[in-house]
Amino acid sequence: MLVAIVCGIGVVLANQSMLSVQKFGLNFWRTEIWDPVAGEFGALPFIWGTLYSSVLALLIATPIALGIAVFISELCPATLRQPLVFITELLAAIPSIVYGLWGVFVLVPAVRAVETSLPDAMRQLPLFSGPPLGLGMLSAALILAIMVIPFISSISREVLKSVPAAQREGAYALGATRFEAIRAALFYARTGIIGAVMLGFGRALGETMAVTMVIGNNPKVSMSLFAPQYTMAAVIANEFAEAAGELYLSALVEIGLVLFIITLIINSLSRLLIWSMARSETAAQEPPVAAEAGA
Amino acid sequence: MTATGRRKLLSSIFVGFCAGAVVLALVPLAFVLFFVISQGIRSVTVNFFTHMPTPVGEAGGGMANSIVGTLILSGLAALMAVPIGVVSGIYMSEYAGSRFAALVRFAADTLNGVPSIVVGLFAYVVAVLPFKQFSALAGGFALGVMMIPIIARTTEELLLLVPGTMREGALALGATRARAVFSVVLPAALPGIVTGIVLALARIAGETAPLLFTAFNNRFFSTSLTQPISSLTVQVFTYATGPYEDWHRQAWAGALVLVMIVLVCSLLARLATRRLERMHARG
Repeated sequence: MLVAIVCGIGVVLANQSMLSVQKFGLNFWRTEIWDPVAGEFGALPFIWGTLYSSVLALLIATPIALGIAVFISELCPATLRQPLVFITELLAAIPSIVYGLWGVFVLVPAVRAVETSLPDAMRQLPLFSGPPLGLGMLSAALILAIMVIPFISSISREVLKSVPAAQREGAYALGATRFEAIRAALFYARTGIIGAVMLGFGRALGETMAVTMVIGNNPKVSMSLFAPQYTMAAVIANEFAEAAGELYLSALVEIGLVLFIITLIINSLSRLLIWSMARSETAAQEPPVAAEAGA
Repeated sequence: MTATGRRKLLSSIFVGFCAGAVVLALVPLAFVLFFVISQGIRSVTVNFFTHMPTPVGEAGGGMANSIVGTLILSGLAALMAVPIGVVSGIYMSEYAGSRFAALVRFAADTLNGVPSIVVGLFAYVVAVLPFKQFSALAGGFALGVMMIPIIARTTEELLLLVPGTMREGALALGATRARAVFSVVLPAALPGIVTGIVLALARIAGETAPLLFTAFNNRFFSTSLTQPISSLTVQVFTYATGPYEDWHRQAWAGALVLVMIVLVCSLLARLATRRLERMHARG
């Protein structure tokens, strides 16, 4: 049943987007003009917005999430561990619409204040060009970062937990400082950690509500952190219910299909990485069990 | 500075960075909770739960229709997801070594990672398009699809926690495999599975994107399964992006109710799992 649903999603979306695929072909992904009234559909701005916001979010989130994972699994006193785990899980459990609401009324004004206070010299840079609206790429990236941190940190924590104690003890025995021992553990767990970060990337790509509410929803490709932009998930959320005309609907479904395929690939890859890490662990520690599982 | 001194300094900086990261993550959580509670508390009254929305400009009014809508949608989702999820979970744990179980597990993880908006699209094509009608059923279907993998994975993990000796004992007494699973293993894991279902419900109740074009929204009180239905989340979205002060207040109140649902469910689940763990430790 589960397998059927996953296949079903792919088939159904592919089928429904046929019209737009046939009409536009690859140009759909190369053109920048999104004008439903004129019947012109180019999805480049959405792809760009999705990738740009997710990459920015990961740049912010990864170091912080790893720091948290290391702190909880390696550094903090045992009594603090459970509450911290609970709190990070709570961060993950807050509905995205609540983050969005908070984003619109608290984060966006704050970002706008920072943007306006930037010196003029910096405003000349392409990265900071455009009017300081608050609504835009920077707010979206920040809110995405807040939302993916708990995911990345909780998986990295699991991965770090599977690093054998002998690794750390060995490092300490050689006179390593705390940082050096943990660096060794992190290096040992690198595959799993890359998997965790990619899983966070998948989440960020598909995140809808919070981003829709703060990114400004303007289909323009731009480097600027201040510019309002648009993502794939956001355009579906905003326009699908009101899309008139089969071609328009079909174009939106095609965007959904591609989003589905991208997240599918990223998730599968990251799961594989985390799995291969877990498997090599059990193989190294308890050979008999691994042999049994393989049989 | 000596080399050792430098290494020690670097180490301290690193430890400081990690602690700082934790604090940095706590800041947004504290901010979100602070704003949701302080802004929301003003509008969460008895009326909020029992009254319908009033026209803009009129004081009072609530989100009764949305609250009922969210309950109905979550109920529908559970009706669909609990049987499928639990059975898939049992399959994955019972046939843990087999190829197909690995495939099912992979499908569950994949489905879990599918963006909720894509699930919404899928539900639209399957459950809205053929009937030319947004409906509560379609919304429940979308949420159900999202809920299945969560329940399946929780069930699997909890069943694997049940000591193997219990199953072997049942089998040794001559029970068939099905009997052993349903009369011995499943009951042992049941409290945990129920907890998992509650958590999944809490997560599902907070979903917005899959409902935007399946359950749509409804300004009126509706319990009809074939009609569009309101939900807390979609209503909060509408209110938050609308231009009126009154609406924003209601949005904060709705958000507070959502956060409370999540908070209470996670706390309950946490207490329950702790008790389970203690039972395990004793047994």
